[in-house]
Amino acid sequence: MPDIVQQASNFIDLDAAQLIYLFLVGFVGGLVSGFIGSGGAFVLTPGMMSLGVPGLVAVASNMCHKFPKALVGSLKRAKYGQVDVKLGVVLGISAEAGVLYGAHIQESIKKTFGDAGSNLYVSVAFVVILAVVGGFVLKDAWKTYKDGNSNEEEKVTKLARWVQSVNIPGTMVYFKALNARISVLFTIPLGFATGMLAATIAVGGFIGVPAMIYVLGAPSLMASATELVIAFVMGLGGSFKYAMHGLVDIRLAMVILAGSLFGIQLGAMGTTYVKPFMIKVVMGVIMVIVLFSRGLMVPVYLGQLGLIQPLEAMTVKILKNTSFMIMIFALGLGAFIVLRAMWQGRRAEQRAAQEAFEHANG
Amino acid sequence: MSANNQTTKKKPYGAAILMGLVSAVLYSVLLMNQDIANRYSGLGGLYAFLPILIAFLFSYIHGSFTGHFWTLLGVEASKKKKEVK
Repeated sequence: MPDIVQQASNFIDLDAAQLIYLFLVGFVGGLVSGFIGSGGAFVLTPGMMSLGVPGLVAVASNMCHKFPKALVGSLKRAKYGQVDVKLGVVLGISAEAGVLYGAHIQESIKKTFGDAGSNLYVSVAFVVILAVVGGFVLKDAWKTYKDGNSNEEEKVTKLARWVQSVNIPGTMVYFKALNARISVLFTIPLGFATGMLAATIAVGGFIGVPAMIYVLGAPSLMASATELVIAFVMGLGGSFKYAMHGLVDIRLAMVILAGSLFGIQLGAMGTTYVKPFMIKVVMGVIMVIVLFSRGLMVPVYLGQLGLIQPLEAMTVKILKNTSFMIMIFALGLGAFIVLRAMWQGRRAEQRAAQEAFEHANG
Repeated sequence: MSANNQTTKKKPYGAAILMGLVSAVLYSVLLMNQDIANRYSGLGGLYAFLPILIAFLFSYIHGSFTGHFWTLLGVEASKKKKEVK
């Protein structure tokens, strides 16, 4: 496989500015991942490619930072009782199959339609899935906020109640996140879809977390924490596969990890201060903004494929840069919401403690 | 005495310094030997275990350090026990 060998020998030189850039993007990505269970990867892969890292090496190195990050994040959130390891592993295994199948589809599209075809497929997947799922998540969060139900316990959806009521002998497993027995025949396709999305847009959690909340009936906090277990299982398998082909740039992966481990600890702690619907707010906001970022690139790829009149080089450059800036903005805004919510939660707690202290001392 | 002093838990200075130092050494070794890291990472095959093991090692050491780091800065999880239901 000469292509792979060529890519592997193409590990770039890293200077101090690049190291700082990777560390910072890693930190923000980690912060968001610690909070919503995933995210960050959609910026990291193009971010590395903008430094001159070949596409496959960027994907491989991103994956190799993802699994240790997810491990640290899930251990942290397990301390707060938010992780369902069994659900994470069961979904993670089927997600692994989804990753392999998704990668296979990607390769076939690339072979048939070239790079532009592959990029168009990724962008359309981004736009369609993020519009449908992201729009739904954001609408649900808005409804909770508007109805003043943000302090109430989250309601299990009708669909999840039905899923939990179906009894298929021989396939039923108890999951503590759901406090119910459900058939693995429901979890397998959801995990598979999560993996396929991870292989396509690098963030499986945009399907995994909403699926656990709305289809299986898990609380938002547990769904986002359990997603970290899925990311660990998926990331470990994926990293090994890429490492077998010599595609992992361990320096890139570890420098991003350096920043993201600071971020993920903070994001995980943040979940203990906020109301559960904030998970949906952050996730929905990021998904909807990223959707616009990728949507901008669709005409570029359509032009490259000759389906519309090709755009001028300058227009392509402007669209590409704008798209990347919007992605960074999405991640930055997500991180801002997390930090703000955490700050407010901490202040409220400190005020309450102060009042209790003053009250006790009359 | 302030109300924030509810728990006078000892801060993990020793563990943070130790893990921070080990983490700094690991990163220095990796970045000062980039050629070797690249050569072995690029070999593939059974050498695939190398980046995976490195990732686990760094996540343990640096993960412990970052956890202690925030604790030293006074950033900790909410004291309120949240029941996740």
